[in-house]
Amino acid sequence: MNMSHNWVEIGRVDEIPRQGARVITTATGDIAIFRTAADEVFALADKCPHKGGPLSQGIVHGRRVACPLHDWKINLETGIAAAPDEGCAARYPVRVADGMVSLSLIE
Amino acid sequence: MDMSLPAAAGSKMKLVMVGNGMAGMRTLEELLKAAPGMYDITVFGDEPHPNYNRIMLSPVLAGEQTVEQIVLNSRDWYAENGITLHTGKKVAKIDRRARCVETDSGTRAPYDRLLLATGSRPFVLPVPGARLPGVLGFRDIADVEAMIRASTESRHAVVIGGGLLGLEAANGLKLRGMDVSVVHIGAWLLERQLDEPAARLLQQSLEEKGLRFLLQKHTAELVQGESGRVCAVKFKDGETIPADLVVMAVGIRPNTELAESAGLHCNRGLVVNDTMQTFDPRIYAVGECVSHRGIAYGLVAPLFEQAKVCANHLAEHGVARYIGSMTSTRLKVSGIDLFSAGDFTGGEGTESLVYSDAAAGSYKKLVIKGNKLVGACIYGETLDGAWYFDLLREGTDISQLRKNILFGQSHLGDAGHGPAERVAALPDTAEICGCNGVCKGDIVSAIRDKKLFTLDEVRAHTKASASCGSCTGLVEALLAHTAGGDYSAAPSKKPLCGCTEHSHDEVRATIVEQKLKTMADTMRFLEWKTPDGCGKCRPALNYYLLCAWPTGYWDDAQSRYINERAHGNIQKDGSFSVVPRMWGGLTNPQELRAIADVAEKFKVPEMKVTGGQRIDLFGVKKEDLPAMWADLAAAGFVSGHAYGKAMRTVKTCVGSTWCRFGTQDSTGLGVKLEQLTWGSWMPHKFKLAVSGCPRNCAEATIKDFGVVCVDSGYELHVGGNGGIKVRVTDLLCKVETEAQVLEYCAAFTQLYREEAHYLERTAPWVERVGLAHVKAKVVDDAASRKALAERFLVSQKPAQVDPWKARAEGEARHEFTPIAAFV
Ligand SMILES: Cc1cc2nc3c(=O)[nH]c(=O)nc-3n(C[C@H](O)[C@H](O)[C@H](O)COP(=O)(O)OP(=O)(O)OC[C@H]3O[C@@H](n4cnc5c(N)ncnc54)[C@H](O)[C@@H]3O)c2cc1C
Ligand code: SF4
Ligand code: SF4
Ligand code: FES
Repeated sequence: MNMSHNWVEIGRVDEIPRQGARVITTATGDIAIFRTAADEVFALADKCPHKGGPLSQGIVHGRRVACPLHDWKINLETGIAAAPDEGCAARYPVRVADGMVSLSLIE
Repeated sequence: MDMSLPAAAGSKMKLVMVGNGMAGMRTLEELLKAAPGMYDITVFGDEPHPNYNRIMLSPVLAGEQTVEQIVLNSRDWYAENGITLHTGKKVAKIDRRARCVETDSGTRAPYDRLLLATGSRPFVLPVPGARLPGVLGFRDIADVEAMIRASTESRHAVVIGGGLLGLEAANGLKLRGMDVSVVHIGAWLLERQLDEPAARLLQQSLEEKGLRFLLQKHTAELVQGESGRVCAVKFKDGETIPADLVVMAVGIRPNTELAESAGLHCNRGLVVNDTMQTFDPRIYAVGECVSHRGIAYGLVAPLFEQAKVCANHLAEHGVARYIGSMTSTRLKVSGIDLFSAGDFTGGEGTESLVYSDAAAGSYKKLVIKGNKLVGACIYGETLDGAWYFDLLREGTDISQLRKNILFGQSHLGDAGHGPAERVAALPDTAEICGCNGVCKGDIVSAIRDKKLFTLDEVRAHTKASASCGSCTGLVEALLAHTAGGDYSAAPSKKPLCGCTEHSHDEVRATIVEQKLKTMADTMRFLEWKTPDGCGKCRPALNYYLLCAWPTGYWDDAQSRYINERAHGNIQKDGSFSVVPRMWGGLTNPQELRAIADVAEKFKVPEMKVTGGQRIDLFGVKKEDLPAMWADLAAAGFVSGHAYGKAMRTVKTCVGSTWCRFGTQDSTGLGVKLEQLTWGSWMPHKFKLAVSGCPRNCAEATIKDFGVVCVDSGYELHVGGNGGIKVRVTDLLCKVETEAQVLEYCAAFTQLYREEAHYLERTAPWVERVGLAHVKAKVVDDAASRKALAERFLVSQKPAQVDPWKARAEGEARHEFTPIAAFV
């Protein structure tokens, strides 16, 4: 079941700080778009599975972000909280072509 | 069904483990976490059971737990993890040439790596009759089952050995209805854990439970009865007592026969190096069978540390080292609390502090050497054991605590609960950790379901005791009650975080010595285990680099916590609060008007006066921050740094300008101090206050740096704290002029900046390094003071640039604006 992605360009990779994130506002809530030290780009709902903390504001390390509110570590690739915590943030497909980041809103 | 083919090319490496016990299995669990799927694993154990919690044999014997409840890894667990398990099979031979082991029943298994975790066995006294039926050790499920059987069939039990194990056995047999005598060769019980007065109290409570003690008795013979079983114990002095069951608990001997037969070097244990490797590089060993730096440990906590290190090397990460452990002990007999750690006997060059209340059954002895705690032995109220153990292993300077140290930290007093037994009696809904809202039920089920052993594990899984730590005593009591002993041993030094083996102090010193100027260089030089650190070490490194190279380090915004990156305090709904600086707490109509205008313009939902005499604007949206700061900057405000690990506020009283008691211009001095220190980044938040007289209306004696004005000058106070643990300041010294106040303040601040660990407030820092050290650097040595103050001023030049204004003018705009918006 390969849903056709609805890719939308959102900006250039270098507009996102390395080891950091930017926010995309949408009608249904914010999305955080992350860039790792290795220049990989990931997108998650900007809502921690714990108590809804804004993940975009956390410290990005490796392929993880530490939530700024209570320090849960969320995997950027899967959205899953690192053990022993349990929970999952919604993921959004991202692709990068020629330095331009596109996002698909189909989760 | 012998299989001894060499590993086919390309297939996984084979790991064989001999000894299916606690240390070995912990190693495998750590290995599966560190390098899942790296090995084909085969486990041999001569007991017929999967791995169980040996420690809990005591509660099983006492009828408080069942054998099923103490299983740690079920057979399903082995299957799920692809481990081949052979139970009831004893490995009899290791062929190191062919790299293969063989059991006494002929099963063979080839290995690429071999892990020996054969544990130890009870030492059997060399007396006649020692092998008679009815004479047991206390080591495994079979022993416990035999004891339980004996308790239903016969009456007289004799336990030889008055150590931890012997007393637990005696207590269990008594609870099973037997008539129990404990025979001990020493002058008092538990002489390796307790001194004589504490041991007497213990003996008294055990006698009240119905146990009988024969001290300083030498066993000569175990006498055989007509049935062929043991019937009596005979002593050297000729006395004989009846015995249907004899339990020998006089010590343990490491199981090294297998290793020795394979030619591995043993010396009171199988000898390993700091990577847990034996003299054969393919063979590793952990647990009670091991001798590391001449020590064989007999408690699980150090064995679990060994397990971690061993797994790290089996996983070929190759970075961990085991450097020995400090251990503490507790006895698992319900209703009896004792704790002991370190060298509690005292002796030359030590002093002892003793508290004793025999009527109340309470005894405490602390042994001090120089200004450090080196040993503790407590009977009765043991909840402070954890705190003493921390002081001990961290080598904390206790000279400031000496007066009150005997009374403990009163963890329980803080949390409003009663003594140890009451923890067990608390309902499941009782809140244990107020910081993280964790109830007793959550903690107990996490300990049970997730098999937690150490305080750190409970912290990770439940967050209990992970914040302020005042509930640590309660959590430890729950851990001891639920899981058995106290497993919280600690490495002799604390690494900064999981990314490195190095401590805070080592990292700081290396940055300066090696002239490391960037985070990447620091991580590379110190061989960080992660590519770009974690949320714990990056902010620390960023601060250490900034402090070491104030003019040459490029502050890394991505390694700062959000509050410092966004220059506001993030609130629980993701909005921010804004606190403009008001020098010394002074303000005027124009400023208030400007703040009111800003609040209206940006529809600030709530305003509040803070404890530090500032005005806080709550509920500001992140996008609005730069525009709001632009307006505030135009009115002359700079950032109040209310969000940072930084100099926060100088609180003042009105002083001699208005107050009839005032001795000096406390407000004016406060403003000068704030102008001196604002903008400075610190290991943690840093607050100042100036009071105009000893009535101390500005509460200067619970601040990091407080000034109390007196007629003849200024008293300088340091290391106070008004947070979770209130701490009154220590008097640093008295000075005569304002200029001196400023110089001493700069010097003290810089010493703290250069020496404290990241996220350590001045209060614990002063306690750790000692006031004498601070005085030596700041008061007694004028040259040192001048140099410190000078370095502080250098660091302040680049720091006193208003971050709000810069952002209002466009710096770091990406931080405040969305990259895109969809509607
Ligand atoms: C009753 C009791 C209470 C205790 N209470 C505490 C406490 O409160 N706190 C604490 O910290 N510690 C306590 N201990 C000590 C703790 O249980 C041990 O330190 C720990 O179990 C040792 O782990 P290990 O893996 O080295 O050895 P073990 O757990 O003994 O495992 C070794 C296993 O290897 C098997 N084996 C040996 N040779 C072979 C072979 N050739 N082939 C196959 N299998 C073999 C053994 O049968 C055994 O099953 C207690 C111990 C006992 C007995
Ligand atoms: S501290 Fe002393 S000078 Fe300051 S307001 Fe209080 S009474 Fe007055
Ligand atoms: S403001 Fe301080 S005291 Fe109040 S709830 Fe928050 S952390 Fe606790
Ligand atoms: S909201 Fe993210 S850790 Fe609590």
